[in-house]
Amino acid sequence: MAEYKWPAPAERTLIGKRFSRVDGPAKASGRAKYSYDYNPKGLLFGKVLRCPYAHARVTSIDTSAAEKMPGVKAVQVVQKAGTEILWQGDDVVAVAAVDEPTAEDAIRAIQVKYDVLPHNVSDAEPPPGAGEGPPGPMSEDDLDDALSNQVPEAQVISRLQKDGVTFQVTDDMVKELKGYGVPDTVINALKAAPYHPEAANQQRPPYQKMAAQTLGDPDKGFASAEVTSEGVYGASVITHCCLETHGSAAEWPSSDHLFVHCSTQGVSGLPGQYAQALNIPAGNVRAHQDNIGGGFGSKFSPDRWGIATAQLSKSAGGKPVKYMLERDSELMTAGARPSAFARVKVGAKRDGTVVAWQSNSWGTGGPAGAGSPPIPYVFEIPNQRKQHTAVRTNQGPARAWRAPNHPQAAVITMCALDDLAYKLNMDPLEFFTKNLEIAGPRAPIYKEEFPIAADLMGWKQKWHPRGDKAEGPVKRGVGLSMHTWGGRGHAGDCMMTIHPDGSVDIKLGTQDLGTGTRTAILIVAGDSLGLPMNAFSLNIGDTMYPPDGGSGGSTTIGGVSSSTRRASLMALDQLFAKVAPALGAQPGDLEAKDGTVRVKGDHSKSLSWKQACAKLGAMPLSVTGKNPGPGNLINSGVGGVQMADVSVDTETGIVKVNKMVAVQDCGLIINVKLAESQCYGALIMGISYALYEEKILDPVTGRMLNPNMEFYRLAGLRDIPELVVHMMTDPMNDNRGVIGLGEPPVVSPGAAISNAVANAIGVRVPFIPLTPDRVLAALEQQQKAGA
Amino acid sequence: MRAFEYTSPTTRQQAVELLSGEAAVLAGGTDLLNLMKDDVLTPKRVVNIKEIHELNGVHYGPRGMQIGALTSLGDLADHPLVKQHYPAFADALVEAASQQIRNMATIGGNICQRPRCWYFRSGFGLTPKTPEGKSLVEAGDNRYHAILGNEGPALFVTPSSIVPAMIAYEARIRIAGPKGSREVALEKFFKTPQAEGEREHDLQANEIVTDIFLPPSAGGRYAHYEVRQKEAFDWPLALAAVALHMNGNTVRSARVVMGYVAPVPWVSEEAAQALVGKTVTDETAKTAGDAAVSQAKPLSHNGYKVQLARVAVKRAILQAAKGKAEGGEA
Amino acid sequence: MADDHEKTPSGVSRREFLKISGIAATVPLVVPQVVEAAGEKVPVHGPGKVPMSFTINGKKYGAQLEPRVTLLDALRDSFDLTGTKRVCDRAECGACTVLLNNKPVYACTVLAIEAQRQPITTIESLSTGGKLHPIQTAFVEHDGQQCGFCTPGFVIACKAFLDKYPHPTAEQIRYHLNGNLCRCGTYKGIREVVAQMSGTKGA
Repeated sequence: MAEYKWPAPAERTLIGKRFSRVDGPAKASGRAKYSYDYNPKGLLFGKVLRCPYAHARVTSIDTSAAEKMPGVKAVQVVQKAGTEILWQGDDVVAVAAVDEPTAEDAIRAIQVKYDVLPHNVSDAEPPPGAGEGPPGPMSEDDLDDALSNQVPEAQVISRLQKDGVTFQVTDDMVKELKGYGVPDTVINALKAAPYHPEAANQQRPPYQKMAAQTLGDPDKGFASAEVTSEGVYGASVITHCCLETHGSAAEWPSSDHLFVHCSTQGVSGLPGQYAQALNIPAGNVRAHQDNIGGGFGSKFSPDRWGIATAQLSKSAGGKPVKYMLERDSELMTAGARPSAFARVKVGAKRDGTVVAWQSNSWGTGGPAGAGSPPIPYVFEIPNQRKQHTAVRTNQGPARAWRAPNHPQAAVITMCALDDLAYKLNMDPLEFFTKNLEIAGPRAPIYKEEFPIAADLMGWKQKWHPRGDKAEGPVKRGVGLSMHTWGGRGHAGDCMMTIHPDGSVDIKLGTQDLGTGTRTAILIVAGDSLGLPMNAFSLNIGDTMYPPDGGSGGSTTIGGVSSSTRRASLMALDQLFAKVAPALGAQPGDLEAKDGTVRVKGDHSKSLSWKQACAKLGAMPLSVTGKNPGPGNLINSGVGGVQMADVSVDTETGIVKVNKMVAVQDCGLIINVKLAESQCYGALIMGISYALYEEKILDPVTGRMLNPNMEFYRLAGLRDIPELVVHMMTDPMNDNRGVIGLGEPPVVSPGAAISNAVANAIGVRVPFIPLTPDRVLAALEQQQKAGA
Repeated sequence: MRAFEYTSPTTRQQAVELLSGEAAVLAGGTDLLNLMKDDVLTPKRVVNIKEIHELNGVHYGPRGMQIGALTSLGDLADHPLVKQHYPAFADALVEAASQQIRNMATIGGNICQRPRCWYFRSGFGLTPKTPEGKSLVEAGDNRYHAILGNEGPALFVTPSSIVPAMIAYEARIRIAGPKGSREVALEKFFKTPQAEGEREHDLQANEIVTDIFLPPSAGGRYAHYEVRQKEAFDWPLALAAVALHMNGNTVRSARVVMGYVAPVPWVSEEAAQALVGKTVTDETAKTAGDAAVSQAKPLSHNGYKVQLARVAVKRAILQAAKGKAEGGEA
Repeated sequence: MADDHEKTPSGVSRREFLKISGIAATVPLVVPQVVEAAGEKVPVHGPGKVPMSFTINGKKYGAQLEPRVTLLDALRDSFDLTGTKRVCDRAECGACTVLLNNKPVYACTVLAIEAQRQPITTIESLSTGGKLHPIQTAFVEHDGQQCGFCTPGFVIACKAFLDKYPHPTAEQIRYHLNGNLCRCGTYKGIREVVAQMSGTKGA
């Protein structure tokens, strides 16, 4: 039996080296196909009529004119009359037509009437006492939220009994809930719940105060602190802005079989979601995706529009219907990163030891409010008191955004600590290093990373006490931050088939988000079988292949590298058993290296790979490697340190990043080149959200004011400075196994850049993005305080 | 986009006649097609004027430069005579948008482009109102709106980043209409709408801009300065273009034009007066910057723009004074 | 490789269909309406579908399209030239960059009807017979791509830029390569592409 471990460093032929992505030529030449590009004969084009109001009830829908239009093949009401709409751009009616202009005309011909309801799109600081009163009767959305957020059963039942509901409980609803697996106890409580129709249209206070959390003895902690610092910090709502918008093409090869091309981060997870909504067996749903144009956490579900696309296709006799979101719909509805803000007080001993933390935080994730970010971040401060208030808004629903909640937590924590370092008259590098004892399980790695980062940044030469004293309006400064992430590989299967002619194919139901998943699989397979990467036929992105987890949480590299390694070693075991007699050796004495199967230590006893595979006889051998599985191939937990060097024009408030440094560990690195690419990309995305990005909602109309790429600003090539990435590739990291990398490096840029700005101009700009108005406001306050 | 009929005349007379009814002029298309896709404009007919070849090209002579309205921003930015005689205009051109836009967009279209106001672009008009009849801009998010010339219902800002530099060079434009052609000073072309339905410039529905004239720039010192959040492709938050005519070391006369601060390109007499008779120093430039915004009345969210406009004016003045004079005079 | 597109239940691809039906030859003749303007007869097309013909990558293409159809949508939906991407559809992001008369433009903001009679170059023309253009090879080597959705537009924009400025100054790079946006953050690699291709150090 094979021993399931990674090859020793000296034995590796491909792992840990630098390779360009194998799908690079297809992408650079435009040949790579995305769901958006699916273009079969007879394709119908979908369009969706979207609600223009942030909060409204649909009162009537008339689709008759659209149905009569030539070229219109199907009309599907997505949310029927009576439905309460909670954000602008939510889907109401979908149509399919022979071409896109006709579909657009059809949408314009549909008459929908709304009762416009009061909205709230503000995530400003809640007033004192907000969210402390009784929550009132539950709406359907409240119930959905409670059920989908796994609120404890007893809590839901007690709320239903005590507060009642704002809607009538119908048999259909009960049936649907049962279908979702909602327990009978909850359903019985729902049926018996007092009905308060009058509360349905009442604007409820948008605040929900969470239970306070304490750790240690915060009062004593602050009493023992010799220096305290107080401030307010936070990050506004931003969007994912995937370049390929959400959407899919759906068709029905037969009346109960659905085939979808969907832009998704989780191919294998789609059938179950479609099946539930469309009432067909999951086994009858096939999903396919060759390439995806960005996801960043927002593409795991078929979404309302995807289900509607499948329904349109069904109504159109199974013909393929494609619907991809327009850019404005994408930014309005297809995902936002929740905001998070906090008033923080933090205390330390004179020597810099942090002893106490207190925070009152708030933020919005749209209709469901938002949970507290993990603050204080990284540092396990011994005495803490925390209170969080969720703000429900009509901003549109939140979705996981690359390292969910961590960038916000980093801004709140690392900026508060940086301000404390200032109060202590300490260089933040010294201050953060001093407190690494409470920096959790990754403390040793931070200890190694800080000096490397400082060296690459030239921190000692660049750092100065707050407030650049240089002449002129442009001030320069440096700042730092640190972060952590899990990144253990997800569950998944890899099927490897070795054919008697020597060809090898590999099938996984995974997906390559542009992180280099294909390349990583081929590196592992090639290294394991002693073959070059181009010796394999690799197939991913289809539910016909063995299931693999969704690409979220930086779990893909661990999942696919370990399942592929296991499959490779299992396949070799079986192959060696067939080949051993021909080489006059025991299977355990064989190795697959340099395109041969040979006896270890006696290379005269050797067969070419092709000759060896011919020993299989007529039948190919096929194995499935799994993760999790035997052997310690993967791990969890990384730490990274980042530093930023910025210039701030104090007359205009414009911030320019001059240089960024990222030092990052991620265990054993399969492909150093693409690992570095993840870090470079994260720094660039970080600069973009630190300086430019903000989902701007109009207080009067409740609409998104910048649902475009003109005023929803993404950093361009000219905005990107010198970037330096250092990957920790020493044996200590190597021995830990493979760990995911997609998310951790995107956590710190906001905090590091904010700290650099504070260092440059001598005052904290509380919130990111660090826009000119915010920078100038902070400078003005500083001037007033000084005067 | 709604359906429309399309025609492509080859002479300006044809174009003018074809523009009757609910028609729109298509030149570079970079603004018009967006407005049509967003259902802000819904013309029944689109008149592509790009086949009127006589409207394309640059001529330079003793009376200055004549620029055909269809000349692309990119061709102008690359034109050696533009760089030589109108460097501040060339600066504004090369800073505008992206290489792709500059290849598509025409100088006439740049002058006639519609405001970027996000309420206008969402279909609420140029003087948007709340259901109660109040100003939607005042009640809403006005971080990019006007700080000057904002006494009336129009609170958007003029969108061109190039026009202020052209006004600094005292540009005139020629307009062709059914009754022949007329010429106006570029700064007089822009109007502040006083009611919904009025346009932000003086162009009738069946008129087209055909030519731009820039008088000789000899003896002047010019500069263009933009404050932009991004260095890459982005709209300015405020900008200033400046012309200084010197008498030895002192300013004989000056023109200070601001963009993105008012519904029209804002020619600041106050700033110009602050400079006349003075030597340009950090101090006088700052005084002129202060003068430029002395009448500013910021809305609820755009107070910071007062500072940006002030700084843009100051820096443009300093840059103009530092640069060498045009036309070979020192 | 997994890039190979699976045959779908719908059978033939759009491209094959076009080949089979020879659609360019079968477009029925529609006589445009003619109006009189300034004493001359001027054709007026649409608003319904009109026959259009294009020269794309040196090849002739024809389709019946309404005047409101953009060049981008014609390329993608009618001719299956899907390397040109639709991202913002508002001339803001550059993913739809093609060459029109050898100059880079945003295909989303050009009407197909006005792009007739002008040579159109798309990403598909850069690599013929599977051989990449040196700029494309440089994109692969410097990893100037992740998800790849902005890549074809960026490749075309870089090619046009380097054709115009074979040895660009840092200032030229600053001014002329800002018309394309990337969300994954590949600008560092793209800058290295430009540096390698031009023998400069980049911006």
